[in-house]
Amino acid sequence: MSRLTVMLRLSVSVRCNDDDSMNGTLRLAYKLLVNDRAKFITLLVGIGFSVFLMVMMLSMFAGVLNRASATVINIGAKLWVMDPAVNTVANTIGLPDYTLDAVRSMKGVKYAVPLFSGGALVKLDNGTYQPVSVLGLDDSSLFGRPEMEAGHIEDIYAESSFIVVHDSEYSKLGSPKAGTTFELNDHRGVVVGTAAVSTNSLFGVPTLYTTYYRAIQYIPNPRFTISYVLVEPKTTADIPAIQKQVSTLGYLALTREGFEQRISRFYMFQTGLGMNLLMMTAISFIVGLSISGQTFYTFILENIDKFGALKAIGTTSKVLVSMILFQASFTALTGYGLGIGFCALAITLAKMRLPDYAALVTYQNLLLALVMVIIIAAVSGYVGVRKVLRIEPFDIFRG
Amino acid sequence: MPTSQDTVAIKATGITKWFGEGEARTRALDDVQLEMCFGEMVYIVGPSGSGKTTLLSVLSGILRPDAGTVISEGNDIWSMSSDALASFRLHKIGFAFQDFHLFPRLTVAENVAIPLILRNVAWDSAIAEARKFVDLVGLKGRSDIAPVKLSGGEQQRVAIARAIIGSPDLLIMDEPTASLDGDTGKSIVGFVKEQLLNKNRCIVIVTHDSRIYEFASRILHMEDGRLTKEEQGKQNED
Repeated sequence: MSRLTVMLRLSVSVRCNDDDSMNGTLRLAYKLLVNDRAKFITLLVGIGFSVFLMVMMLSMFAGVLNRASATVINIGAKLWVMDPAVNTVANTIGLPDYTLDAVRSMKGVKYAVPLFSGGALVKLDNGTYQPVSVLGLDDSSLFGRPEMEAGHIEDIYAESSFIVVHDSEYSKLGSPKAGTTFELNDHRGVVVGTAAVSTNSLFGVPTLYTTYYRAIQYIPNPRFTISYVLVEPKTTADIPAIQKQVSTLGYLALTREGFEQRISRFYMFQTGLGMNLLMMTAISFIVGLSISGQTFYTFILENIDKFGALKAIGTTSKVLVSMILFQASFTALTGYGLGIGFCALAITLAKMRLPDYAALVTYQNLLLALVMVIIIAAVSGYVGVRKVLRIEPFDIFRG
Repeated sequence: MPTSQDTVAIKATGITKWFGEGEARTRALDDVQLEMCFGEMVYIVGPSGSGKTTLLSVLSGILRPDAGTVISEGNDIWSMSSDALASFRLHKIGFAFQDFHLFPRLTVAENVAIPLILRNVAWDSAIAEARKFVDLVGLKGRSDIAPVKLSGGEQQRVAIARAIIGSPDLLIMDEPTASLDGDTGKSIVGFVKEQLLNKNRCIVIVTHDSRIYEFASRILHMEDGRLTKEEQGKQNED
């Protein structure tokens, strides 16, 4: 028996199964891809950079939107009654006092309290002025109170007391401690404690909490002083009915989520922010698509004779398509991971340096970037598949 | 000339192939009839443009003829679906291309293992088998290097190992010695003959190289798309 006959019998006896087939051809595709290191790295850099730009843009926008809703998030009321013309927390329109009474008398309302929200200038001990945001909480319930870091919340009832939010803007007031005094509209103010909030404000000014009546005494106001009526419904099911009753008064009642969406829509569609973001995201997408599409196409072109040889040997079109789609998908998902990683690193470093840096990586951002990366992979894969399916094995034979 | 049906590896009848359109239309193959048997090493020779590679492509299920049939195991391969035809090539035919077409990013063993991998053989088993064939073609210890680090003759050996690893009925070699010096060319064709030429295999070689005619069982001469002459090789004379 010749040596070859033995070898051939051996080759027939080697183990076969369908899973191994797909694993084997995909492993072949993987090796063809990653062993061409220069092209693979170029592909990863292209897609990674594109994802990085897209996610950074989206994260900054998400951060801005989150900050824009800071008061809504920090106060935490379930239902907010406001003038229908209000689009952001910062631009309030005063509600007449009877609104509060009317809401309190509505069916389904457990309780309702007023909230003052406004801006002011404080004069610090060193003689400089600092813009601040002032929130006046309902005197009896202190509904929407912050979590105290230092001092006690009941000290807010002491004469001229204010609580300072210990956020990234805190230092702009000279990092005040309990007992620090300042002037607000010629009134004396005393810091009685510091508080923590879950979300910093967008506008880069420190936030002071006080009682509603002190706020409207200290800060000059128009005729109507209630910025919002905060409502606690008896049950969640009562919310639609309360909203309907409020609308009959000519006002608007929004849930916390509804108010946040209203603020987001304002920044997206009524400022240039949304369009700019859209353009930058589109540019990032085009950059990623161009780099990866071009590089992947070059990769396919350089290997076209090899794919032709595979076809001649007996690879079906289905297997070739699966190999190319696997290569495109693997590159895209690896690039996606790298891009997300760099983005997270950049945001972390930025926040270490700039505590007030507004960027927020949300699941929606990640999903949107993933969809775009899948489109990049699909286009790159389509280009490659089209080219490979057109190659005739006869051309390989002819050389 | 062998006639027994059970020894016929492939039989072609009335093969005609045209290329181009309009005034540029030319007949590459003109009513070609041939039969190749197991145990034969058949050479197809002739001037450039005579249709040798076209005939080889038609016989191996790569290029569809405009007319005629190619029968293997009682079936006309050109009546098969494209997937069945791909399976026929994978399981019945071994290819050694003129330019080798080895994957530079894969190792020698991975290149050789490709037909097994495409045949659903587990990766590790395929690579282990490929290592044995790499040794068999005289490249012991070179399994894990890139083929670009090998000489032309060594690359040709890798291509041959890839062609024979799947135990094909028909081994097709297109100008196997085109890029090799005379001695290397002879040694490679001699090696293939020694390893494959038994009653279960058939080898078809397209070549211009008269230095390797000594290994042929039969030599078919082609001109203008027709088989013009057939002569017995020294193999049969012996």
